[in-house]
Amino acid sequence: MAEVLVYVDHVDGAVRKPTLELLTLARRVGEPVAVALGAGAEATAAVLAEHGAVKVLTADAAEFADYLVVPKVDALQAAYEAVSAGGSLAAVLVPSSAEGKEIAARLAVRIGSGIITDAVDLEAGDEGPVATQSAFAASFTTKSRVSKGTPVITVKPNSAPVEAAPAAGAVEALAVTFSALATGTKVTSRTPRESTGRPELTEAAIVVSGGRGVNGAENFSIIEALADSLGAAVGASRAAVDAGWYPHSNQVGQTGKSVSPQLYIASGISGAIQHRAGMQTSKTIVAINKDSEAPIFDLVDYGVVGDLFQVVPQLTDEIKARKG
Amino acid sequence: MSLRIVVCVKYVPDATGDRHFADDLTVDRDDVDGLLSELDEYAVEQALQISEESDDDVEITVLTVGPEDAKDALRKALSMGADKAVHVEDDDLHGTDVMGTSLVLAKAIEKAGYDLVITGMASTDGTMGVLPAILAERLGVPQVTLLSEVNVADGKVTGRRDGDAASEQLEASLPAVVSVTDQSGEARYPSFKGIMAAKKKPVESWDLSDLDVDSDEVGLENAWTAVDSATPRPARTAGTIVKDEGEGGKQLAEFLAGQKFI
Ligand SMILES: Cc1cc2nc3c(=O)[nH]c(=O)nc-3n(C[C@H](O)[C@H](O)[C@H](O)COP(=O)(O)OP(=O)(O)OC[C@H]3O[C@@H](n4cnc5c(N)ncnc54)[C@H](O)[C@@H]3O)c2cc1C
Ligand SMILES: Nc1ncnc2c1ncn2[C@@H]1O[C@H](COP(=O)(O)O)[C@@H](O)[C@H]1O
Repeated sequence: MAEVLVYVDHVDGAVRKPTLELLTLARRVGEPVAVALGAGAEATAAVLAEHGAVKVLTADAAEFADYLVVPKVDALQAAYEAVSAGGSLAAVLVPSSAEGKEIAARLAVRIGSGIITDAVDLEAGDEGPVATQSAFAASFTTKSRVSKGTPVITVKPNSAPVEAAPAAGAVEALAVTFSALATGTKVTSRTPRESTGRPELTEAAIVVSGGRGVNGAENFSIIEALADSLGAAVGASRAAVDAGWYPHSNQVGQTGKSVSPQLYIASGISGAIQHRAGMQTSKTIVAINKDSEAPIFDLVDYGVVGDLFQVVPQLTDEIKARKG
Repeated sequence: MSLRIVVCVKYVPDATGDRHFADDLTVDRDDVDGLLSELDEYAVEQALQISEESDDDVEITVLTVGPEDAKDALRKALSMGADKAVHVEDDDLHGTDVMGTSLVLAKAIEKAGYDLVITGMASTDGTMGVLPAILAERLGVPQVTLLSEVNVADGKVTGRRDGDAASEQLEASLPAVVSVTDQSGEARYPSFKGIMAAKKKPVESWDLSDLDVDSDEVGLENAWTAVDSATPRPARTAGTIVKDEGEGGKQLAEFLAGQKFI
């Protein structure tokens, strides 16, 4: 059976959920060989093995943290060469983060392959893996293939279930020679994002978002209280972010995060096309807006026309009461 | 000292219009109004700011690969304040994907001459956000991408990249490829004077032969990817909409409980 390279997104050895989803998709097209780089790379092996990795190629070097993107491309290329030398390689799969897409794209240029970004599903096909994508703010669904070289495909979070599928997951050290460009862009300092204790926005099963209607940074506590009652992540529209009410890292939409949770609750958000681009594929959509004409109501499974300052606290109290 | 900046701008279908695919499954650019991708206005803006803050002699060239109408995008960038424009246009380019477009752009950037390339964070139609990284790879220069803050001084570019897990300060020597986000600062509106001045600014047209690109490296037939189908998303079944008469929060909770979210 052909092998599939899976690029592992992890933080000091803790594998992030989208990588486990990627393993589910990888098993549909071949045998997953994981590539984990940087501090803690070897510690990823156990959980990757549990989810289907037959092998885990690891490498650590200061370059991965000290320079932008290129060292990781060098390493992924080394993995590509090692695996394709030993047999057939069906695809290279990478999680669709900003960095993941850049790594995948540069690899694709180097190996002369086409690239598909932001797939939301993947199946085996007669002419190689077939990727499903959504286009034009999710108003179209497309199916595409890479027609030249080994398919390089990046996949969005929440595109597949995490499934247990125990495999060997044998750790092998990957030899990496860094290219001349590896040290081109230096990371001179890094400020980690402070944890809020809430789920990661792109990975959360429920997202509760607030927009201009929230009308002030201090009022976001209403949105946070609802989120916490549901164990949800908090999102914001660009209007709320631009006003300085909530951090940009929580922005949902075309130039923020793209989310696809089981449930999306929009409060005081009108539903502009750029916002819809980041949430339209959510399974169930709920909105609270005082304007019955707001375009967000075209998307909803359930909508409440009303003042969010009345509706949201009542909803939070009711959820807490029902949860006891 | 002189600093040559090339800004890559894309002409895209208006996102607020009815965007769709043509019969050959390429983006329909004929039936929908087009404009300079809003996210590339931020790239033009940063180029202008770098120019205004620099002691060097800065020349800003805006570059697009696209059909005849793509000239509108160049014109807008010129009226914002760029100095000159290059339009790469060739019938053989129809249906080219990111691998081919990046090849053509890289050749055009080299032909124009550059110290700094600035792009938007992503095009608003394809929304891949990978072209800047690919350009850096093809040109063999540092990639300094997704910056929300950019500075150019002493032959170096520095800036802030806000990533998922951390905010990073980056530094690279010129020449380099930079992409900027919509957090980098609002783009200016063209002034009346700027619009008038733009009419006199030079716009060069290049085709594939000017760039030594073979027609078998571009176009739909030679693309590195193939779209097999494009289906409009089925209309969402109309949801339930209630007016809050004092019980809206409770009614919503009832709905969520029915869906097993509570
Ligand atoms: C290139 C580009 C990229 C963009 N990227 C993004 C993006 O990534 N994400 C994004 O969100 N936007 C993005 N935008 C902006 C987008 O076009 C909209 O401007 C933005 O989404 C509007 O945010 P909003 O819905 O919160 O504000 P508004 O459109 O002002 O809507 C506020 C809503 O709140 C309602 N409201 C007010 N008070 C109350 C109340 N008390 N109770 C209930 N409802 C109330 C109003 O009826 C209204 O519908 C982008 C725009 C461009 C041009
Ligand atoms: N055809 C094009 N002509 C000029 N610049 C382009 C073109 N396509 C993409 N770009 C640039 O590359 C950036 C990212 O594009 P993309 O990777 O397609 O999302 C855009 O913001 C533009 O600056």
